[in-house]
Amino acid sequence: MFNMTITEKILAAHSGVRRVKPGDLVFAKLDLAMSTDITTPMAIPIFEKMGVNHLFDPNRIVLVNDHLVPAKDIASAELSRAMRQFAKKHKIKYYFEVGRSGICHQLLPEEGLVVPGDLVVGADSHTCTYGALGAVAVGIGSTDLAASWALGENWFRVPKTIKVIYKGRLPKWIGGKDLILHTLGDIGVEGARYQTLEFSGEVISKLPMSDRFTLCNMAAEAGAKNGIIEPDEITLQYLKGRAKKRYRFFQSDPDAPYSNLLEYDISHLEPLVALPPLPSDVRKAREVGRITIDQVFLGSCTNGRIEDFRIAAQILKKRKVAKGMRLIVIPASQTVFKKMVSEGLAAHFIAAGALIGPPTCGPCIGGHMGVMASGEKVLSTSNRNFVGRMGDPTSKIYLSGPAVAAASAILGRVADPREVI
Amino acid sequence: MGGKIRGHAITLGDHINTDVIIPARYCTCFDPEYLGQHCMEDLDSNFFRKRKPGDLLVAGDNFGCGSSRESAPLAIKGAGISCVIAKSFARIFYRNAINTGLLIFECEGLAEMTRDGDLLEVDPETGLLSNLKRSKSFASAPFPDLVREIIALGGMVPFVRRRLGKKR
Repeated sequence: MFNMTITEKILAAHSGVRRVKPGDLVFAKLDLAMSTDITTPMAIPIFEKMGVNHLFDPNRIVLVNDHLVPAKDIASAELSRAMRQFAKKHKIKYYFEVGRSGICHQLLPEEGLVVPGDLVVGADSHTCTYGALGAVAVGIGSTDLAASWALGENWFRVPKTIKVIYKGRLPKWIGGKDLILHTLGDIGVEGARYQTLEFSGEVISKLPMSDRFTLCNMAAEAGAKNGIIEPDEITLQYLKGRAKKRYRFFQSDPDAPYSNLLEYDISHLEPLVALPPLPSDVRKAREVGRITIDQVFLGSCTNGRIEDFRIAAQILKKRKVAKGMRLIVIPASQTVFKKMVSEGLAAHFIAAGALIGPPTCGPCIGGHMGVMASGEKVLSTSNRNFVGRMGDPTSKIYLSGPAVAAASAILGRVADPREVI
Repeated sequence: MGGKIRGHAITLGDHINTDVIIPARYCTCFDPEYLGQHCMEDLDSNFFRKRKPGDLLVAGDNFGCGSSRESAPLAIKGAGISCVIAKSFARIFYRNAINTGLLIFECEGLAEMTRDGDLLEVDPETGLLSNLKRSKSFASAPFPDLVREIIALGGMVPFVRRRLGKKR
């Protein structure tokens, strides 16, 4: 017998072969191809040049309005319209319109469209988020998307896998964001380039799905092809009442070959923050000195889930956003938005002086709803702090989880939640 | 794969990400010429003015990291850059470059020794990269056969057309 990792097994199962090994190039059948209002329109004319009139399966194509919605200007309105018309022409079942949508990486799992064992491509670099469900999900560009629409398959280089083992007990205020920032701080922004990050260990086996999504989401920031977590009872609970299709749990063999093993004891981990302009320049929030900030952004595909807002609300409840500070809160989907309202979290945010925006990627990509002026500083729960990412190239982006973000909004500077609560 | 390419080097550092290659604020338009005018502007606001058509980019590790935007290779092509040589490429950018017909080569040695303005020669056929100013040549990392096939056909569109033809 040969031993394989979960990623290798899923790629093999979709390529019609019994075995794959790192370095192999395989053609694999796709369960789903996802794209958004900024990557779909570019793919349409490319698809049309491929000499085929129909999509491989309109029910396996998902189109999501999320990046620049509601339309921020005429150009983005045209992009959404191009996607809308394409969806209509090809009778695409899973087309998500503004108001019934959300950020793709929250929406697809929430709608049960990605299930364990799937092979998914998405024209967005954070497609790796779905790995939290035990699926192989990788980001691609628009030409690869068009090829996937036409063929129902695409080529993949089987990646090596780095196994990341988290040991110990998760301290208070520490979540998936701190785990991944800690890991990025260790391995760097190309520490997993072209490889898989497989997250495991006793911490993961108890970790809620929301934190698992955050963890896999930022596998991209280490250069990984995908992040993945073996599905378990927690995955099963999440799938109940959601999964739109049958699923299959794959597990790594005990003797599967890993390119590297990384072990972290996180029992004493403290709330972290990444300094601009790299997500790997990670420090303890309480040790960065006095960094005053102009804006806090709570949201994005990394930390825009209801669990994140519950943490933030716990800190912001009955407190006020600092003078001169702007707090922008953006739920990652319409469903998250509804829960935020029904659970009373929205009321706490508004009372604190926050602005709540509609589900969108918006400020994370410097699109709209919170773009930064020259020289300004923002603390964001999103995933990238590159130069110019959220606005003017001289603005600075600090990254953290929701607890640090909420505490910082109150104190007007980068803060540890324990300074507030 | 076309004949030899000659041009001057523009050197860049590590982790040149897609947000600086082409900021999201320009990504509502797909016209390579328009994108090219804004290529790298957050890194150097005079990039477009200073670069000359036919120049080559020579970068460090992890070139093209970040988003999946295909506007990144399009912007580089649109700026008239003939080819990108880097110590290593981020994976989505690597695929996007191959798919859209932007010439890229992975080569540690050349990137290490090349300085701004050096005259370079690239042989796409053999993958041999030369720094003519410093009289040194290096072999670039070979492409896997499948990737070679996609490059030889001129990108992913002709590749898919052929694959569909094969199937029918």
